[in-house]
Amino acid sequence: MVTNPLTKNIDMSRAPFSLTEYEAADGYQSIKNIAAGLNPGDVMQQVKDSGLKGRGGAGFPTGLKWSFVPQGENSAKQKYLVVNADEMEPGTFKDRLLMEGDPHLLIEGMIIAAYAIGASVGYIFLRGEYKVAEKALQKAINEAKERGFLGTNIAGTGFDLNIILHTSAGRYICGEETALLNALEGKRANPRAKPPFPQVSGLWGKPTIVNNVETICNLPGIMRYGIDWYHGLTKGKDHGTKLFGVSGRVKNPGCWEMPLGTPIRELLEGKAGGMQDGLSLRGFLPGGGSTDFMLPEHLDLLLDYDEIAKVGSRLATGTMIVLDDQTCPVGMIGNLMTFFSHESCGFCTPCRDGLPWVDAIFKELESGAGKEKDLQILHDHVDYMGPGKTFCALAPGATAPLGSGLKYFADDFKRHIDERCCPYNH
Amino acid sequence: MAKIIVDGVEYEANPDNNLLQECLSQGLDLPYFCWHPCMGSVGACRQCAVKQYKDADDDKGMVVMACMTPASDGSIISISDEQAKLMRERVIESLMINHPHDCPVCEEGGECHLQDMTVMSGHNYRRYDKKKRTHNNQYLGPFISHEMNRCIACYRCVRYYDDYAGGTDLAAQASHHHVYFGRHEEGVLESEFSGNLVEVCPTGVFTDKVFSEHYSRKWDLQTAPSVCTGCAVGCNTTPGERYGQLRRVVNRYNSEVNGYFLCDRGRFGFGYVNSEERLKEPAVTVNGRAESLPVGQAAEVIAQFTGEGVIGIGSPRASNEANYALRRLVGAENFYSGVADAENACNHLMLELAQDSAFCNPGIKDIEKADAILVLGEDITNTAPRVALALRQAVRNKAKSLAAANNIPAWQDAAVRELAQYDLSPLSIVSSYATRLDDIAADKYIDSLSGQVAMGCAIANKLSAQAPAAAGTDSIDAALAGKIAEQLSQAENPLIIVGSSNGNVGLVQAAANIARALHEKRQAPTALCTLMPEVNSMGLTMMTNEGQSLGAALTKISNSVATKAIVLENDLYRRASRAQVDSAFAKLESSLVLDVLPTDTTAKAHYVFPVTTFSEQESTFVNYEGRVQLSYQVHRNHSAAQPAWRWLSDASVVQINDLVADCAGDLQQFAQLPEVLPDTAQFVGGMKIPRQSHRYSGRTAMKANLNVHEPKQAVDDQSVLAFSMEGISTQKNASVLGAAWSPGWNSNQSISKFQEEVNGELKQGDTGILLIKRVANSGAYFTDVSANRRAVGDGLALSPAFQIFGSDELSAKTKAIRERMTSAYISISPQDAQTLSLQQGDQVSLNGNGAIASVCIRSQMKPGTAALYPGDNDINPHELEETVQLQSAGNKAGGTGIKGLIVSDFYEEGY
Repeated sequence: MVTNPLTKNIDMSRAPFSLTEYEAADGYQSIKNIAAGLNPGDVMQQVKDSGLKGRGGAGFPTGLKWSFVPQGENSAKQKYLVVNADEMEPGTFKDRLLMEGDPHLLIEGMIIAAYAIGASVGYIFLRGEYKVAEKALQKAINEAKERGFLGTNIAGTGFDLNIILHTSAGRYICGEETALLNALEGKRANPRAKPPFPQVSGLWGKPTIVNNVETICNLPGIMRYGIDWYHGLTKGKDHGTKLFGVSGRVKNPGCWEMPLGTPIRELLEGKAGGMQDGLSLRGFLPGGGSTDFMLPEHLDLLLDYDEIAKVGSRLATGTMIVLDDQTCPVGMIGNLMTFFSHESCGFCTPCRDGLPWVDAIFKELESGAGKEKDLQILHDHVDYMGPGKTFCALAPGATAPLGSGLKYFADDFKRHIDERCCPYNH
Repeated sequence: MAKIIVDGVEYEANPDNNLLQECLSQGLDLPYFCWHPCMGSVGACRQCAVKQYKDADDDKGMVVMACMTPASDGSIISISDEQAKLMRERVIESLMINHPHDCPVCEEGGECHLQDMTVMSGHNYRRYDKKKRTHNNQYLGPFISHEMNRCIACYRCVRYYDDYAGGTDLAAQASHHHVYFGRHEEGVLESEFSGNLVEVCPTGVFTDKVFSEHYSRKWDLQTAPSVCTGCAVGCNTTPGERYGQLRRVVNRYNSEVNGYFLCDRGRFGFGYVNSEERLKEPAVTVNGRAESLPVGQAAEVIAQFTGEGVIGIGSPRASNEANYALRRLVGAENFYSGVADAENACNHLMLELAQDSAFCNPGIKDIEKADAILVLGEDITNTAPRVALALRQAVRNKAKSLAAANNIPAWQDAAVRELAQYDLSPLSIVSSYATRLDDIAADKYIDSLSGQVAMGCAIANKLSAQAPAAAGTDSIDAALAGKIAEQLSQAENPLIIVGSSNGNVGLVQAAANIARALHEKRQAPTALCTLMPEVNSMGLTMMTNEGQSLGAALTKISNSVATKAIVLENDLYRRASRAQVDSAFAKLESSLVLDVLPTDTTAKAHYVFPVTTFSEQESTFVNYEGRVQLSYQVHRNHSAAQPAWRWLSDASVVQINDLVADCAGDLQQFAQLPEVLPDTAQFVGGMKIPRQSHRYSGRTAMKANLNVHEPKQAVDDQSVLAFSMEGISTQKNASVLGAAWSPGWNSNQSISKFQEEVNGELKQGDTGILLIKRVANSGAYFTDVSANRRAVGDGLALSPAFQIFGSDELSAKTKAIRERMTSAYISISPQDAQTLSLQQGDQVSLNGNGAIASVCIRSQMKPGTAALYPGDNDINPHELEETVQLQSAGNKAGGTGIKGLIVSDFYEEGY
């Protein structure tokens, strides 16, 4: 049985599979199933039963999300599927692998998702810098169109789907699904108020599902090999496999598909080969720049949504950033603060005006001009920019490494002030 | 109704509103920035944080934004909770990071919502010690100053300017803490409603440039409730005066009329009041030279104008009292409207329609409820601008109904807009030229006036076979007429808008036929909005016998039946041809003209008496709906000018109250007029309502350069208001509210403290009284719709064009308005321009009679038609026929041309 459904076709030493090759590798089975009379409700049920959770970061059950799309006679005729491929989370490069390595997997997944929710138009909102992925996806879309897998009356079933590849002009906030929708409509990429959720009023005001690339890439496997197989993949509570990445000063940084529930140690010390010689692990952000720091003592925890949440962090994108003992944690957090501050859309006050202040404090700390009183201000901002206080999750995300960093690396902050310089001589 | 608990106290609340609005309606203090009472919530500023509890057992609660949380039944919240207070304090701390703290030199100071909210939040110690972010400012035209460093990024300006008012040239730009609110490049803000930015901005980013030129603090201004005289809508204003000069005009909330917003003509067009040119003393012409006349001799002059052969010519820009005083002096049969014949006929027809129970004449608030609209022939943006702003809200009713169907509350402003996108309630515009509302119109039909009448008839005919289709309507787009008819008949609240500024009776008749047909279908009064051009056009029409137009008066003079004439606040050269008026003056034995400023008419008069402006007198005006409103005197005039009614009345008339009582007794239509006067019984012991604020400064020093003794306070025997700081507190008992001001709330946002509930009626003061009674449904269609034949003959079929800045006589005498005015222009189609070899901006002569206009080529003009904007009477349109021929006038430059003209379809070659 297949154990790596996401990456089974990926070999970066060659070009990605063409449509023919992909089909030969057991691909596009779903088209045949649709032609054979599989109905959208069945797809939705199967995805619900699979227990698939969104891989974009929030981990929301995909089938449940789909079920919020109003269906039936009185619902809006036009519905949209939008794939969030604006992968800009610091340290995250998993969707890139999927899109560059096996673009047809995404296209097939989109066909399944669009069929289930009744969308006739699917957008891929792609990070602007992903030029290689752009070419690969466009080629795949063209092939699928030519083959009749996209367009009107697909497989003679009356199901229409057009996929439009949209390359982003480049803002982190576009990864927030409602800001993404605004950007796609040509407006400022400010997040929208929720409720209403996009499932009810999304792109152009119509019911819309926004799913992450990796989430969508799970669908062909679920539909092809079934629930039992899918449930057999995991080592933990959450189902399926996931792409996990490691960056930082490890021996072998990279991105791998592993079952959910794999111990962190297996990822860090196994796949990534452990720390580079002479360095030891100080801590890590388990799922990108907007997750809380975890410590070496957490290495035996499982890579599962709930497990990670127990120690106050989030699995999120599953791509960890590793901090070693010779890198300044204050510098690392400061770098993230510069990023988040710059990427604030400027809509709500705590994020727009809070982050630049935090960033300015970090710049002073790094330059040796840090002040004791500013530490209190940093602590205050963790609360001030926290969940519920801001309009969207950007600033609360930024408070994750900030808050946990202040807690775990308090001495480093103090030394920057006491020694009037960065003790790591960065 | 829902019950909500705020800090342990139970309140009745409307569950369809959000918690912030309900808290404010209860009179509670909760700071906010981005929320606006009529623009709803977006949740940007995070200032209105409160603690919400799940239930009575929840002792932790969660901080939420009151503006983004529905006031559902059983909600338990706390404003005074420590965490919520801390959040609100922190938000202010954030907003103050880059704010320049330049209150002492900022024009918002003293009426700044940011100041108020800062104090309210408790933030008072600055911890931020880094560099401030700074911005460059932009030139935004003659009305608005820009100081971006003060910006707190509440997004209200763009939400108002773009989302609410339909502007396209102000936007949020850049991101993070560099977010910038301005134009793509420096230049004049194009929206006709830009002035509201001054009041919408919670701090001093957008300030009133006209006010800047002679600035004064809010507390130093003497104010009184007033009515705008810029058009017939009758928006309520609060003009402010200092040192004898009218300094500014701001909006005064009236829940039925203007709500929170004014147009730029109304806000910035008052400068003529301060003009050096003002007539200051009575004058008599002796041997061709004007000599001053002692005020004491005025009564003798008036006495000469009684008896046989005297006529009075009234004015739509003069008050009811002035017109009534003249009418009484000369007798009803000798009182003429002073309005051009064609417009006069329309006005009387519209008054007749106003008494028909098949129709209702909607105010602004009702216009905003319409869900299918037809505008027939009227260029609303330029003739009744506030109505145009209301239409922008009306077309959003589709969005509101979609939102309701999707369980999205109406106050979730951004969500409602995102849901509906460009799905608007249908607005159809039939006009001579593309209008500034075209961007929200579902259907547009541009034709000559006769073509417009034909289209109106075609629509009416589609709705009812009893309504005649116009003769020879082959060229009318029947499918479009059918579509518009269908949209109107399917609507719950259809609205037909027509006006008299085109002077075309056929348009009014056609509009009435459409509304009547709809009434028969709906069996309910149908909204027929009949717009008149000037502030008191309706009051004047109600006071004048039908047929007694200006033309009739001039005929009476030329027949020598009338030998003496009194002309009230009226420049006749704007309303009839020069030759006609010249010959009338040549025939008159004697004439008396009363006016504010010198005009061509005052120049011809034997006697000229100076009169006070709207802000210098108490007066009543009737708006297009028939709504009479009282406008108070704001300040005194220190010349010999008097209200016209005083010149024209004998000594027994002391106050307008006397005239109002007589007028009500005399004229059935005005029976309810006295009800607009405030109840004087409340004023015990001579206590009046002060016009000056409790912090009015310099009272004893204002004239110290002349006399060191404290001047005696002027006594106002005319009004319930006093030229004083002392008197009844507006906060508590007064029935009249000048400037809104409440403890802790120094800005205009304090208005919520004076409303019954947010967006409700003011506790103080009424919304005006609808005078006209709808007697019975006449049931009759106009079967012979006039002027429905196309203009014949050579040349282009001519229709009038209007400009918000320029088409109103008095505001056009204001410096800031003049900066926005263009010279006379004639709009033609690109095809006709090519045939006539004319370029954009060329000077042309009209019919070779000496009148010169600039050519304005507009891409949507119908070939064979032309629309003439006569400038500030640069061209006398009454001297032109129904068609016009254009000849190049050679001289390519001259005047300001059409520089700065803003139209929606300006033709650019090769574009």
